[in-house]
Amino acid sequence: MTTATTAELRGRPVPPMGGFSVTALKLEIRRLLRNRRTVIFALVTPSIFFLLFGLNAAYANQSAGKGNVSAFILISMALYGAVLATTSGGAMISIERAQGWTRQLRLTPLSPPAYVLTKMLTSMVLGFVSVLAVYIVGFATHKPSMPGYLWIVTGLCVWIGSLVFAPFGLFLGYLLPTENVMQFMGFIMMLLAFGGGLFIPLSTYPHALQVLAKFTPLYGLNQLVHWPLTGGSMDMWWVVNAVAWLAIFTAGAVWRFRKDTARV
Amino acid sequence: MTTTDPAPGPGLRPDSQSPPAVRLRDLSKSFGHVQAVRHVDLTIDQGEVVAFLGPNGAGKTSTIDMILGLSTPSGGELSVLGMTPQQAIRRGLVSAVMQTGGLLKDLTVGETALYTASLFASRADVPAALRRAGIAEIADRRVGRCSGGEQQRLRFAMALLSDPELLILDEPTTGMDVEGRREFWGSIRHDADRGRTVLFATHYLEEADAYADRIVLIRKGEIVADGTSAQVKSLASGRTVRATLPGATEQALRTVPGADSIEVRGDTVLIHSGDADKVARYLLTETTAHDLEITSRGLEEAFLALTGDDGNTGGNR
Repeated sequence: MTTATTAELRGRPVPPMGGFSVTALKLEIRRLLRNRRTVIFALVTPSIFFLLFGLNAAYANQSAGKGNVSAFILISMALYGAVLATTSGGAMISIERAQGWTRQLRLTPLSPPAYVLTKMLTSMVLGFVSVLAVYIVGFATHKPSMPGYLWIVTGLCVWIGSLVFAPFGLFLGYLLPTENVMQFMGFIMMLLAFGGGLFIPLSTYPHALQVLAKFTPLYGLNQLVHWPLTGGSMDMWWVVNAVAWLAIFTAGAVWRFRKDTARV
Repeated sequence: MTTTDPAPGPGLRPDSQSPPAVRLRDLSKSFGHVQAVRHVDLTIDQGEVVAFLGPNGAGKTSTIDMILGLSTPSGGELSVLGMTPQQAIRRGLVSAVMQTGGLLKDLTVGETALYTASLFASRADVPAALRRAGIAEIADRRVGRCSGGEQQRLRFAMALLSDPELLILDEPTTGMDVEGRREFWGSIRHDADRGRTVLFATHYLEEADAYADRIVLIRKGEIVADGTSAQVKSLASGRTVRATLPGATEQALRTVPGADSIEVRGDTVLIHSGDADKVARYLLTETTAHDLEITSRGLEEAFLALTGDDGNTGGNR
């Protein structure tokens, strides 16, 4: 019988980039798009919300900065869809943990950071499709109106801005080891969307709620992605809000992540 | 481009020598106050097919988790093929078939294997692994629709993908029927004939007997016997000498000739031996032991007594 020598064993290659693999990424995306609930959640819901809230005849004539109110609402709904997508992508980890998949992956060269990167990229793809879907639906209704370049600029702002919520999804995924994380997450995102003024203008809230809303995680991001359309001066508070929540979510995700890899 | 790790651990042996597949030195693991693994010393050479035999809760899975780098030892050292478990895993040198879980229900069998294969540096032949595990024809089936046996074969296929030197199986046939179990072991045995080192945990004596070259009996976190199947069987089928010997310790009784395993319960000493007469003669002439009793046991009963928890039969945690 032949046995392997130390030199032969050490000579076996270790994959670069912590085992990050494009094949695995493709399979993750295919898996995500195969999940009917996720697709409905992140793609269909925001489009329907736009059709419900954004088509009021008055909105088409009411101006909002460089466009009309319908366009304003379109951006809000695209943001809602995009953050749902990035959050649910991260939260999928909790389902994978429940199925023992993350443990199985620890028997492969895939490093935890490479795994998280794969999940982030996967949810970014879903986020992109979500923004695209809402914008196509909006465009088809002929109601939203804004300069052509703003369709692209606001779309990109929404897509990239939704990254703030990727660590939030990871955080929730690690925090809630349950198959029901998606329902719970949908509820939280709905609350945050109201808090951020995505569904109803904050100016219609009572004063105390308006003050409180400025501290919720979607507030800053919502203001920032509308800014290319509304114009005017940028409030530094928006940036502070978005960056602070990004830091909080990232810290939370890293904290749970460390705990998780140490425990298993 | 690939990266290589710095030379690991206590590697004084020249590169041209073959390190043992598994080397455990004084290995311990405790969870709070529970000592799951107690000072285990074990060396498994490359090419051996070894069964880890013991009842549930004996410490088999805890030991396997440490060998796989899934948990950190509380004490002692271990090396896998002369390196740390993590270094061995990154090179695809070690793989495992776990008891349950570890599969995504919404991927197909083929996708699961492809996913796993894509994470290793050297690309494996996915169809070949599926064929060897006997699941090539269900490659397009969703994992969630596969039977327990099919899922277990998929885990086996996944474990073969990196062409590992060491394959670890943790109670791989739990929940399989007799026929499924026989077929599964057939593929494992067939694979081991190619020279792969195999370590499997089981609580079935007959499984260990039929498929392993060497059996390591583990009980309450300690190795109580280690030898070929025939040796362990003769050990298990020997007799027990029971005597009253105040102040006895297991340490002091190690020198008793012919003793295979020694157990001290208060003033009572239990010595298991293939040559009970020799033990009895020694105890009566060289020590103050009295009230001697010699009993013989059936194979299964002997195994349970050897591995059970203070005389209880298996199944305790």
